[in-house]
Order: sequence, then structure tokens, then C-alpha cells
Amino acid sequence: MAAKRVGIVGVGMTLQSSARRDVYGIELINEAVRAALDDARMTRKDIDAIVIGNMDHFEGINYVDTWSVDGSGALGKPIMKMTTGGTTGSTVAMGAYYHVASGMFDRVLAIGWEKNSESDTTGAIITAFDPFWDRPTFGGAVAGLALEATQYMAETGATEEDAAYVAVRDRKNALNNPYAHLRMELNIEAIMGTPYLAWPVKLGDMCPRTDGACAVVFASEDIAGDFPNAPAWVHGVADRHLWAYTSDPYVNQHVKGGTWFPAMERATAELYGKVGITDPLEQFDVAELYLPYSFAGLRYMESLGFCERAGAPALVRSGATDMGGKCPVNPSGGVLSSNAIGATGLLRVAEAALQVQGRAGDRQVPGASLALATGFGGCYWSDELVIGIEKPERNRG
Amino acid sequence: MADDKKRMYLAIESGESAQPFRWSAGTYGSKFLTEIRDNKKFWGIKCPECGRVYVPIRSVCGPCYREMTELVPVSDEGTLITFSVVSFGFVDPSTGLQRPVPYGYAVIQLDGADSYLIHFIDETDPEKMKAGMRVRAVFEEDGKRTGSMMDIKHFELIRE
Amino acid sequence: MEPVAIVGVGMTEVKRERAADTVADLVFEACTKALADSGMGIDDIDIVLTGSNDFFDGRTISSMAVMDACGSYDKNVSTVEGDGTFGAAHAVMRVLAGWGTCLYCVHHKGSESVMPLITNAMFDPLYERFLGIEAVTASALQARAYMDRYGVTEQQCAAVSVKNHGNARLNPVAQMPLEITVDDVMASPYLADPIKLLDCGPISDGASAVVIASADRAKDVSGRPVWVKGIGYSCDAFHLGDRDLSKVDALQAAAKKAYGDAGITDPSGQVDLAEVNDAFSYMELMSLEGLGFCERGGAGALTESGATALGGKLPVNASGGCISSNPVLVTGLNSIIECVLQVRGDAGDHQVEGVGTAVAQGVNGPCGQSQCVWVLGGDA
Repeated sequence: MAAKRVGIVGVGMTLQSSARRDVYGIELINEAVRAALDDARMTRKDIDAIVIGNMDHFEGINYVDTWSVDGSGALGKPIMKMTTGGTTGSTVAMGAYYHVASGMFDRVLAIGWEKNSESDTTGAIITAFDPFWDRPTFGGAVAGLALEATQYMAETGATEEDAAYVAVRDRKNALNNPYAHLRMELNIEAIMGTPYLAWPVKLGDMCPRTDGACAVVFASEDIAGDFPNAPAWVHGVADRHLWAYTSDPYVNQHVKGGTWFPAMERATAELYGKVGITDPLEQFDVAELYLPYSFAGLRYMESLGFCERAGAPALVRSGATDMGGKCPVNPSGGVLSSNAIGATGLLRVAEAALQVQGRAGDRQVPGASLALATGFGGCYWSDELVIGIEKPERNRG
Repeated sequence: MADDKKRMYLAIESGESAQPFRWSAGTYGSKFLTEIRDNKKFWGIKCPECGRVYVPIRSVCGPCYREMTELVPVSDEGTLITFSVVSFGFVDPSTGLQRPVPYGYAVIQLDGADSYLIHFIDETDPEKMKAGMRVRAVFEEDGKRTGSMMDIKHFELIRE
Repeated sequence: MEPVAIVGVGMTEVKRERAADTVADLVFEACTKALADSGMGIDDIDIVLTGSNDFFDGRTISSMAVMDACGSYDKNVSTVEGDGTFGAAHAVMRVLAGWGTCLYCVHHKGSESVMPLITNAMFDPLYERFLGIEAVTASALQARAYMDRYGVTEQQCAAVSVKNHGNARLNPVAQMPLEITVDDVMASPYLADPIKLLDCGPISDGASAVVIASADRAKDVSGRPVWVKGIGYSCDAFHLGDRDLSKVDALQAAAKKAYGDAGITDPSGQVDLAEVNDAFSYMELMSLEGLGFCERGGAGALTESGATALGGKLPVNASGGCISSNPVLVTGLNSIIECVLQVRGDAGDHQVEGVGTAVAQGVNGPCGQSQCVWVLGGDA
């Protein structure tokens, strides 16, 4: 028997903000779960299995899957926890997708959440890396990403202003998203005027630390038509989590044909091959990308095949990725506007689903039918999903 | 405390509680750190299939999926691949202390290694650094090295 | 369920401390053994899944350290944080969803952390953690609730420890082979009444791996595939006060699902061997009841009758169980692997004659809150 086709039939997200002191973690999870169930007009009883994810050390809870049952609704149900760092949210989405595609479950709830206000985010990120080789000198996500930004500028001639364009774009888009954390209209000068955190990355180039949760209901093709919203179908998924040490991704550029960001490029090649994408800029109507800082909105566009190497500054400055452009990127405001880390990758998938369903409200890209969603994390790892309104002919993996 | 009583939302502090760990460095990692401590010498590990030399040391070549056992000497000099200058303050979770800022931070390829290492660099002006520049390890003084990556104080730019 | 098989298994030797080995070294050893057992090379593996726990490892993305060692280079890969029975269940899902072969590995180095601090972090920070409650003290509450309700004695629990440590003497990868008596267990010091030192699994280092394959790909392997006949998992309430600790509702729900898949209506009649969670000796008794091998409260007497011994009607924990080797998370996968070896007839000195159907169990969370049950068999 072939794998089941899988559709997204319900989406729920909480207000994302710097500190959701009004809710305990379990309650924050429940807020997203209730929203997703309401969206699909389901109750807890209708859920067959749950996949939950976050990054343990941000809240200091071990076994979040068993701790959170009152919020997730897992009492008396199968639940498993999946976690892979920054890619956790997209990992949870793929995990739920596989639960359903396997034929073992018909209705699976995916939950990603984080209360980054409850710990020191930089400290917790440092502890993700190897205690011998990396931790003594590592400066968290900001410093790690800055190394990549320096290299990108040196090799392509891109400028800090080019990167600032991305930060301006995403934050402006967030004005249309009532759930977003940072909603502000800034210009390039304003971004350029913010202090350096780790040269060349400035405060205005970085994502915030956020509290928030997201829940998504995945349903089998056998029942996906039974919900009020037309299913947003999963057309394909692929990921690569290459290497183990923070300096390894630079090595990647010189091994086995690697270039900028081999994990992303290899996942992209597999995914586009399966789904039949040859010209992403033309074929995708919208993209919700895990861009944790502004320079990613340049460099990663190249690894995702939206333009040639070094072509991203011209691409984004052309307006092609703005609202109203050929393929708007991050209509939600993206990660630069909200980054509750365990929720972030799942929010990309949720936003992609809302877009192709035509339910994205003020941030809707008119007529969107095919969307790309990504997750980024770990040691420059990449998770990627294609979501579309058209039902695929078969499960393409 | 008076303020706490007025606060609408309470929080529970985890306090000073810590979870101590003692991670094994493994056979080759132990050798690497011992050599740095005792002899101020760098070693890499070589893949028997592709010939790539790794620093940091690990026991498996990911692309070839081969176990590596051959240690090879690599230089304490190398090339700057990319860099940053970290200027935001944060608490280092390994020490519990504020990491002094600003500091230079770099990806370095040691001569004789195919993979790269991250470490501190003794320059805080990004205008004075460029990919491709030569660098050299500066070790902690004799008697003060403990068998950790911090036995290398930093790398210095070789300013000709 | 569509037919899916386990076609290769690999376990490291479990020890109190594998000081020379990093987690990556352990994972590579386990994966290499599993691949060799299947007769496959890494290029025959389509997708990889890992298992670990960020708290136990003291690494915020604990899978990162094993990404070279698990063979995932240029493959789709993901990570389940939790017991190996759950991770392996997800590996089965990926194979059912169309991937031909999945290598799944899970590791644990108990020697690197301070266990009570890690298990204390399972408990709620607002309401429970300040009590210092952790795995042993929470389990003591459950043991007392169970024993008082059914009149199970400490001696009956001790008999589990005696039996399983004795079985471990026949298992070359087990950590604590012991020749002990009920009196020895009874004389060991109390950690938390009614749990004594010899009622507890040790702190352990180890890793294990399996290769899971579709029916189509299972044809290619050299050895004998063992088939996944059923999988079920379910979660109980979190707060201990919200549960009747003397019962194992989640296990019953998980077993019901797995047995339903496998067509098992009479567990004691149809199951030839079981590998169950015995991290504390009383847990084996509760597990036998939850799995339907006897009436509630009947497992103590069943154990004393010798029915669960190696030569008994239903050998339980022929491997020596978690009480003899306790790399947390790995333990559930080791239960599955023991079932595979028994069904294949490859269990060596602790082989049970004629195992056609075997049951494995794994747990997540405090006092067996989340339970997973597997049924494995020799025929597709």
C-alpha cells in the first residue's frame, strides 16, 4: 500500500511576545492547541496522536511530552517528543506528517513552543555545542551567524545595507500579522544605526527572543475532506543535518561538491526533484523561510535556488520578494519578527498552509497556491517542506 | 520584595542550582588536549578513505562513514577563513561569568588540516582583518595549561 | 499494519562508565554492528533516526554530537527525544511512509551527569521540583501504592531482582550479572522505602541501533528478518496526584493497541517471551499485569512460581532487563533487540526455546507515565 497523502486541516498560534507572563508553559501550549482544534472544528477526542517539540534547556523541563499533557491534550493518547534545536518546529511538522503518511494515524497534532523569556537564550544556545571544541569560545547564535555573514560579504561583495533591506521587509510585513512579536516599520538607515552585536551583525539584523506556541493538525487523505477548511497538502519534505561542530559547515563548502550551505542545497535538490520544482521564483507563490537574521535572507535565497550565487542582493532589492512581488518571502514577518524557537519552524509551515488556503488575512498573498516553508538550526541544518492547495497525485515523500 | 508582592505574575527562580557534567573526551580528543597541554602541539585525525585531516578531532568521517585512527601532526599556524568581533555582553554558561567583550572570533584552518577550528583572535577591529590572513596559536603559559581548548589563549594575526 | 521488519541489530556492551568513549563513539559502534548484522552498508540505508535526551547529555541539541557517527551524512535524518521504543516506532512510520530502510540509533551516558538532578527536572518547577523528588523517590511512592493495594511483598519484588540479575550472567553485554538471593536484596540498604539498592537499575553507559526495512527491502538481507506485528503507545496524567499510581492505564492502552494490531487476544497463551521495564523491581510486576499476563496484583505470585524464569512458561527479561543494564532511552530499544535475537534464535546462552512471538515495552516520564508496547514475530 502506498503512503497516505497528508493535508493540513487546522492551524493555531498564540500571540508571540517577549514575555508571556500571563501564561504558564502548559497553558501557552494549550492556547495554541485549542486554537488549532477550533480551526479544524475538532475536539481533543478526535486527535489520534501528538508530536511535541521545544528545546529543553530554554525552559529547564526534562520530558516535556509527559509534563505538558494537560496542555497538549495527550492524556490517554500516543505522544512523542521530537527535538533538533532550531529546526525543532519543522522537525515536529515532518514528524507529524510521517505519523499520518505511514497510515498508522489519521489525525495528528503537531505542537511547537518555547518560552525564551524563562532562560538566557545565548547561554542555552552555547550549551548546544560541543563542550570540548566549541563551547569555550562560542558566542551563541549571534556570533556564529556573524562568521557566516562576514564570509558572505567577503565573497560576494554584498553590503550590510543589502542585509538591512531584508530586515526592513520582514518587519514591515509583520505589521499585517496580529500574532507577530515585533511589528515595526523601519528603514535601512534605522537598521544601520543599531549597535553591532557581533560585527557585521547589528541588533536590527537579529531575530528577537520570543514566547509563543503553534499547533497544526495533519490529516490523512482518507478524511482530510471532512474539515471546514480545504486541506493544505504536503507535497514533499526533505532535510539534511550535516556535521557536528560549529566550524564544520565552512568545511562543507570544500567537500563533495559543496558550496554555500550544503545542508540546505542538498535538501533543496532532493525536495525540488521530488516535487518538480525547477524555477522556485516562478513556481512558488510565497515562501515562509526560517531566516534568523537578515543576512540569511540573502545567502539562503541562493542555496534555495531563487537566484545565482551572489545574486541575492539584486533579487531582494528588485522587490521580487516583497509583498506584491513575484514570490513574497515571509508575509508573516518571519523569524526576524517572532522567534519562539521551538515554535518557529512550525509557524513557517502553518503560515504556508494559511497562504495556500487563502486564509492569511491581511498578510495574504492573493491567489497563492504553492508555498515553500523551511526550518534552520543546529549546525547549519536545513528542513524544507512544500505545501500546496492542489492535491498531489500521490505521496511523493 | 515589596515590589514582588505587587506583581501580578509571579515567577519561580531556579536559583543557583546547577547540573554538573563530566563529558568523556574520547581516545583521540584526550590525545589532542594532552598534546596541547604538555607539548603545545596540534594533532589532527586522518580519514583512511578520503584522506581529509580533521581538527577538531572526531572518530568518524561523516561523508565516508569510516572510523579514523591515524593521528597526524598539524601546524600551530594557519589561515583566517572568516571572523567576527563580538561586542554584545553575555554570560558564558561554562564559567558563569560575563564573557569580556569586545573580542575577535574566527574560523581558522590550521596548516595540514582540512577542517576548521573556531577560536578567539587578538584583533577587535574588523577593518584590520581579512579572510586569507595568516594566524598563529598563542598558548597559555607553562604550568597553567589544564587540558582544554582554553590552553590556547587565542590566535594572533601574523603581522608581517 | 503493513509488514515491516527489523533486519539488523547492534548493541554496545553496557558498562557503568565507558570513559574512553564519547557518545559518538558509542553510536558508531552500535550502528556499525547493526549494519554488519543486516549485511547492509551505509549506502543501503535510506533514512536515519537518532534518539537522545538533552538533559542527560548536557547538550542542548544532543543529536548534534552524533551526526557524523550515525551515518546520516547526506540523508534525511531526525531525532526522537525519549525511549528507544518510541524512536523505533517513529522509524517504523518512516518506513511505512515509503522509505525502504531506516537506521535508528539511541545513546545514553549516565556516567556523564548526576542522575537525581536530571530526573528531578522531569517534575514540575512550580509545584513539585523543590521537594527534591526524582526517579527513585517518585517510584517509591508508586511501589508503596501498588504493594499496599494488592498485598505484594518486598520479597516478591526482590525475586524479580534475583531472577533478572541471574539472567544477566548469561548475557555478555549486560552490566550487572549477579548471583544473589532474595535475602541479599532484602539486606541491601533502603534508598526510599520500599525500594532498596538491589531493587534498582544501575547507572549505565551504552548505545544500540537497529535497521528497520520494508517487506520489499527485507528480502535483500542476509539474515532472518523479524517482523513488527504491532505497536501501541499511550500517555497517562502527569501529576502523580492525578493518577492512581497502583495502576498502569497507559500500559494497558498501549498493549490493547499493539495486541489488536498483532491479533493477540490471549497474551499469556500467545506470547512466548517478554522484555519489560524493570528499572525498579516492582515495575516488572506492574508491567506484567498491565500487559495482561496475569490478574492485577497477581504478578508477585506469578514470579515466585517460576513462570517468568528462563525455563518458565513465559520468560521475562531473559536479557537481564534494565535492572542489570540501565542506559536510559537505550533500554527500550534493547528490549526490542532482545526480542529480535530470541525470535531469530540468536540469543546465545540466554536463548529461550521456540520463541515465535515476543513483547517489548518501554517507558517515558515519571512512574511509567508514557508507555510503548511492541509485538514482534518470526512471520510476516
